[in-house]
Amino acid sequence: MKKHTLIIEAGRAETHYWRDLWRYRELFYVLAWRDVTVRYKQTVIGILWALLRPFLTMVVFTVVFGKLAELPSVGSAPYPLMVFAGMLPWAFFSSALSESSNSLIGNANLISKVYFPRLIVPTAAVVTSFIDFLISFLILVGMMVWYRFLPGWQILLLPGFIVLAFLASLGPGLWITAMNVKFRDFRYIIPFLVQFGLYISPVGFSSNVVPENWRLLYSLNPMVGVIDGFRWCILGGESPIYIQGFILSFAIVSLFLLLGIRSFRKMERNFADQI
Amino acid sequence: MSLNDSIISVDNLSKRYLLGHQRERERYTALRDVIERNVKGVIRKTRDLVTGRQIVHGDAVDEFWALKDVCFEVKQGEVLGIIGRNGAGKSTLLKILARITEPTKGRIEISGRIASLLEVGTGFHPELTGRENIYLNGSILGMTRAEIRRKFDEIVAFAEVERFLDTPVKRYSSGMYVRLAFAVAAHLDQEILIVDEVLAVGDVDFQKKCMGKMQSVSEDGGRTVLFVSHNMQAVRQMCQRVLLLNQGEVSFLGEPHEAISAYLGQGGSASATTVDLTDYPRTRPPEGARLLEVSFLKPDGNPALTIGPVEELGVSVGIEVMTPLRHFNLAMALVHGEGLRVFSEAYCDEHPLPDLEPGTYRLTFRIPMRFLKMESYFLTLSMNEKSYHCDHVEGILLPEIVDENPNLQMENNRWGVVRVPVGWEKIQTM
Repeated sequence: MKKHTLIIEAGRAETHYWRDLWRYRELFYVLAWRDVTVRYKQTVIGILWALLRPFLTMVVFTVVFGKLAELPSVGSAPYPLMVFAGMLPWAFFSSALSESSNSLIGNANLISKVYFPRLIVPTAAVVTSFIDFLISFLILVGMMVWYRFLPGWQILLLPGFIVLAFLASLGPGLWITAMNVKFRDFRYIIPFLVQFGLYISPVGFSSNVVPENWRLLYSLNPMVGVIDGFRWCILGGESPIYIQGFILSFAIVSLFLLLGIRSFRKMERNFADQI
Repeated sequence: MSLNDSIISVDNLSKRYLLGHQRERERYTALRDVIERNVKGVIRKTRDLVTGRQIVHGDAVDEFWALKDVCFEVKQGEVLGIIGRNGAGKSTLLKILARITEPTKGRIEISGRIASLLEVGTGFHPELTGRENIYLNGSILGMTRAEIRRKFDEIVAFAEVERFLDTPVKRYSSGMYVRLAFAVAAHLDQEILIVDEVLAVGDVDFQKKCMGKMQSVSEDGGRTVLFVSHNMQAVRQMCQRVLLLNQGEVSFLGEPHEAISAYLGQGGSASATTVDLTDYPRTRPPEGARLLEVSFLKPDGNPALTIGPVEELGVSVGIEVMTPLRHFNLAMALVHGEGLRVFSEAYCDEHPLPDLEPGTYRLTFRIPMRFLKMESYFLTLSMNEKSYHCDHVEGILLPEIVDENPNLQMENNRWGVVRVPVGWEKIQTM
């Protein structure tokens, strides 16, 4: 029987925290599974909703932006594909941010009654959004088959960008979650942030349209690097990638991640008292 | 590892909460006052935000110490009961041990994994089925999925919900819900179990099952159990030592019977064989007459610290009559454990009702211990004039029944709340 002495003291850093995270690793999956399962309980078409929603969105986008507005695409890639390739990571990011910021308050009954590393709760919320992302990705694959579009070798780098998207959502998500427990104001900031972010991220447009002198400022938005990267992988070199901007985005993502984890850990001690 | 090792060691543990207070809203509050109040509030919150202190909403901030310098140790394999009035700090202590909240001061050392049962059905989602909730709840409590799969059949058998495994839990009756929740928790295998008043829910069968399981967990499994309860009977039956908390401080730590005695306000020491009833908690103030004190006596007339199982316990009640009373009566009742009324006898059963002038009086009666089990019984005394209430006191703990003669065998796991000699005849062939 493994015997380790646990010491509980005011202000003491949790030396076992990362080991506990590993020990409770199954909880990441279980909480995400719970949220996804509950969503489709007592529905008639059940899990098909998960496919239907992104599919319909894609159709609307294609019709509105492609046929009606006739906005220019990039290279030889069909316009709907370009939009969808940008929309995918953005949808993941916005849903992850909204879900994780409310995750702690939504699970208040768990937080006040059981011990487990609290980091698991917002991360599981991001995992839930990730599952939706994977399903939408299937739709993307379907679209590529439909347009008979063959991606280049860049597609192999896609998993890297997927991980980047995950981390880009996790960082701000953790920070806002921790803040939200104390100041419920953040609950109202999130929808605004998401709405605003949609217009300054290259979802509906390509990064090409941004004038040169604004490029660097524009790249401060972490999702710029992620979305551009996505486009580049999927559309195969036909979408340009602005290297300096990308490196800046990457740095911002890392910064937010560190900031998020640190502030979360610091505030974690008082969650049960303030929730 | 020797048995003298403490598995939990609590040293000067203190927990402070900050309370916010809203100032009284007077009817004619000037705008100036409102502005002044809000500005002060914002300044205070900003200052706290900058210096990193806790932000409290309200006009004024107050400190509340839920626990003050609590010290105790728990040995491996021990069942420790924690009792106290509501608000004494029991749940706060458990929360700190379960690492749900942090202490303000002090230090705790724990050698072993803790499973905390602060609530039955933590994490249960009403939309999920029983089967799904077993996996969910088990994971939250710390079991791996492989472990849950292995113990799945045992859990379902313990909960007796096999037919309803695939029904959403929101359709369960409250009994099924609580049985399922406890079944999952009962199959945890951490070394230390912390249980917070979970026995308060559920019917008698369920409570018996829970207690049985907790006892077997401690006796057969050698696990340590910390058990918070208001059920004195359960505490007395299961615990080897009891910790009494009072307003955040340790009031007593030791023998269950003495701790229960102290909890009920008998001066904190079992050596008091006379209970002073003048300040004893009552639901109604006395009118016309009041109970002064009650003394317990052995058959020879000496004060009874303990009483033997077949002796007669003398109970002597001192009263004071303030106004002249006609047809005065005193009734006694014996109550078992958590409130089951065993029997009630009155002065009027054996004597005509007297008319009393103001003064002090004494009434004595004898309870034959032969009819009682070796458990906790409480005395209720009630005085009235005709049908009018004079005074009423409940919860006076009887002296502990101690078997001084080792040859007498008293079985206490039997059914019932009393023992009645049924006159067994010697067995014969038919």
